[in-house]
Amino acid sequence: MSQDIAVLGVGMHPWGKWGRNFSEYGVYAAREALKDAGIPWQDVQFVSGAATMRCGYPGYVAGATIAQALGWQGAQVNTSYAACASGSQALAAARAKILAGECEVALVVGADTTPKGFLAPAKGFRPEDPDWLRFYLGITNPTYFALYARRRMDLYGDTEEDFGLVKIKNSENGFTNPNARYKKKFTMEEILNSAMVADPLRLLQICATSDGGAAMIVSSMEYAKRIGKANAVKVAAVSTVTPTFASAVVEMPDIATDSAAAAGVEAHSFRAALPKKAYEQAGIGPEDVSLAEVYDLSSALELDWYEDLMLCPRGEAAQMVREGATKLGGRLPVNTSGGLACFGEAVPAQAIAQVCELTWQLRGQAGERQIANAKVGITANQGLFGHGSSVILKK
Amino acid sequence: MNNKPVQAAIEGWFTLDTDTPHLIGACCEKCGTYYFPKTLSFCKNPACDSTTFNEVELSRQGKIWSYTNACYKPPEPFVADEPFVPYAIAAVELEKEQMIILGQVVKGVDVDQMKVGKTATLVLETLHEDDDAIKVTWKWQPIAQGESA
Repeated sequence: MSQDIAVLGVGMHPWGKWGRNFSEYGVYAAREALKDAGIPWQDVQFVSGAATMRCGYPGYVAGATIAQALGWQGAQVNTSYAACASGSQALAAARAKILAGECEVALVVGADTTPKGFLAPAKGFRPEDPDWLRFYLGITNPTYFALYARRRMDLYGDTEEDFGLVKIKNSENGFTNPNARYKKKFTMEEILNSAMVADPLRLLQICATSDGGAAMIVSSMEYAKRIGKANAVKVAAVSTVTPTFASAVVEMPDIATDSAAAAGVEAHSFRAALPKKAYEQAGIGPEDVSLAEVYDLSSALELDWYEDLMLCPRGEAAQMVREGATKLGGRLPVNTSGGLACFGEAVPAQAIAQVCELTWQLRGQAGERQIANAKVGITANQGLFGHGSSVILKK
Repeated sequence: MNNKPVQAAIEGWFTLDTDTPHLIGACCEKCGTYYFPKTLSFCKNPACDSTTFNEVELSRQGKIWSYTNACYKPPEPFVADEPFVPYAIAAVELEKEQMIILGQVVKGVDVDQMKVGKTATLVLETLHEDDDAIKVTWKWQPIAQGESA
């Protein structure tokens, strides 16, 4: 039996710092997706929301909050939280329900409103909370991104200019994207002259936080056929695997990794495990991939993903960006949307936004960002302590 | 200098022995997995169902896995000097324990004095002072080639 489900519609609310209620962005994106799918809201049987932790109780039950705002119509509801992978877990819940025959058509939606300034942990003296502890010791989010980046420089000879090339590429890609927040083509000079935050990463190489919303209407293949959309783009895999002990990459918010000292225990990279499972599910290999949307929390992290997605051998990602292979028009475009570099992160919406971009590309509707012959797309993202996801779409 | 007493910034996480301080971790009695910090009730090795651990002093020397610095003042609960002085950070891999532990790097050492694979040793240094005490924490001290700890 086919494990595919159809993507009938996608929609987004533009990213920015709008300061409005998150559910407004969610409803806007959901209505766009419904319009794109050509089905009425009342026909949706399952609402799968991605939660936000920054908007109080309505955010914890985002699926219901957005369903209520769209107008209660008796659909089944679910809300998922998995940091940056929340949107993919919401998609996984919809896919499971569709494949189990419990519903035919579902709305997957995520939206966020982000506060200004630093995200500081709750007050008090709380060393038992690793997130509190690392801030007390002076270890912030960019610390982790910078550790990964520096390791690339020392092991593989990557340079600050290589990371700059990633930023330039993404800023060129996002320049014409109507949903992107930052629409400016940066030069190498501007990037390398921006303030150093966590050596070797500068301000223009680290992603910001944004408001935004993204939504999808997904259905069984049978339903898609019935409404004349048998040729819809398909979700071929949703991987949300946990890391495998011993998780050997130091990851937010921990100050130590697992120990791999016990007999029979090997060190693993959680990042590499995510796409592996997705390829396995889809029965598709990295050689089949036409484009990828990856989590460029920093410009350097994008390069780690090329290798984790097996788009090139370990240590050779910088070569791909130097050759222009991952630009629009290159042999394997990455972050055609502009990526986090042009969006900033709207946590519960981001993984869904990645899938929206793949959908537009596979349909040939990406406008000036359109790449040629897109057949298979893959996403990858990561969040706190090893949460992550990878989704594969195919024509 | 002042006469304030020296206290651990986080009590019970490291020994206060100024010459040869150690992080205090735990080791699973059954499978030998190490933990830092030591507070835990159940072994996290999926193949181990142990609930008993021995308190152990972790190796005080390892190899630098990666490093960076903090050019901007972190938010609270970090207590910053005024004016803020940037500091370096290292992730150090302990061979016996096969784990990586993060920490600040001693004052006066920046990223240009570090390299992946270089040896670093654990030392104690002030994290911040409050009205009553000097709060110390563990920091990593890179060791130049040929130099011994």
